[in-house]
Amino acid sequence: MATEIELDINGKRRAIHTEPDTTLLSALRDQLDLTGTKYGCGEGQCAACTVLMDGSPRRSCLTRATTAAGKKIVTIEGVAQNGRLHPVQQAFLEEQAFQCGYCTPGMILTALALLKSNPDPSDDEIAQFMEGNICRCGTYPRIVAAIHRAARMMRSSAHES
Amino acid sequence: MIPEPFEYHIPKNLEEASRLLAQFGGEGKILAGGHSLVPMMKLRLAAPKHLIDLGRLTDLKYIRESDGRIEIGALTTHFQIQSSSLLKEKCPLLPETAREIGDVQVRNKGTIGGSLAHSDPAADWPAAILALAGEIQARNVSSSRWIPASEFFVDLLTTALGGDEVLTAIRVPVAPPRSGHAYLKLHHPASGYAMVGVAAQVLLNEARHIESASVGVTGVGPKAYRATAVEEALRGKAPSRQNLEAAAAHAAEGIDVNSDLYASAEYRSHLAQVYTRRALEKALERAHGK
Repeated sequence: MATEIELDINGKRRAIHTEPDTTLLSALRDQLDLTGTKYGCGEGQCAACTVLMDGSPRRSCLTRATTAAGKKIVTIEGVAQNGRLHPVQQAFLEEQAFQCGYCTPGMILTALALLKSNPDPSDDEIAQFMEGNICRCGTYPRIVAAIHRAARMMRSSAHES
Repeated sequence: MIPEPFEYHIPKNLEEASRLLAQFGGEGKILAGGHSLVPMMKLRLAAPKHLIDLGRLTDLKYIRESDGRIEIGALTTHFQIQSSSLLKEKCPLLPETAREIGDVQVRNKGTIGGSLAHSDPAADWPAAILALAGEIQARNVSSSRWIPASEFFVDLLTTALGGDEVLTAIRVPVAPPRSGHAYLKLHHPASGYAMVGVAAQVLLNEARHIESASVGVTGVGPKAYRATAVEEALRGKAPSRQNLEAAAAHAAEGIDVNSDLYASAEYRSHLAQVYTRRALEKALERAHGK
């Protein structure tokens, strides 16, 4: 029972075909070659597969591809603009907020949503918002530092413009 | 992480959903937010032949007040409840419970109706709905009924919903004056589920004694329950530390307490008592503040 649908991914319309068990994660990775979204556990535990749906973080491994139709999806590939890294990406690099890097795309997307709703989060607010995203290398302190750094960068660029 | 093959249906309205559910009998399963059912299907703990997705039934997403009651549509997400200003004012136990559920990603997609229908023994909503003496609406093709929360949770992952019934709404009374609430939970460190979760609502009389208390407990037994022995022990009593402690000692009375890798039955019973006392203390503090 395959059906063809269109998704809005990083501002572009992309056609995919879906079977009943097609997740958004498999559509992104296997059909659209957007492999920046990571397959961690596949069962909703780790949040490595996080994408933004209409701005809010979702686990793409538990989201059926068809339910993403009509929503604006942002994956890690859509975060940099015009060849320039987003401040959150830049801050993760500068703080070296990863070891193996597998959780990083999901971390960055969740952090983007956090900073959108809270431009100056405390350590506790960061820990609470990011609690679903697991880093098996244990780089949490650097991730927290990177989010603070990104917040500073974004606030100062908001002042300039 | 690949489920058994299944057919997928996306009904346009509730009537069609009910009809499909009746048609497939035990082989059909309703999909709401999918944050319990989909992992279970991937782990092959559940293998429905037909999945009926309620995703298009957007009219089941609402929070409204009428006649002293709050009614919440089954597809309302945990995040919507957590951030509802109506609920913060009229029934603050619900937002307080919602913010303890899972993580941001779960709260953005998971629904109150899905969670209640799934009836996980360590889910948060059952404790709150029991403590509030809420009711749960079940509808099939031809009729609709309200099931009291006290009769809804039957056993492990088992509810009073009939095979052809869809859970469509929840309603709870608006919190009365001189009442206080609390939801306290010990999170399982990996899954975020409740090792113990206690929802309490207390009502004071004019003498500032306890008129009534209601206590819902999750994570402790095979299903969430009302700790009726605790409630009875508090009726008419002064809210002293001693009285609370004595009442909370009944928190796991008569319950077949879960024992697993994380907590023995003895430890869990102890946690139930401690969290019950603390939840009552917090609820009373808030009731006194009014």
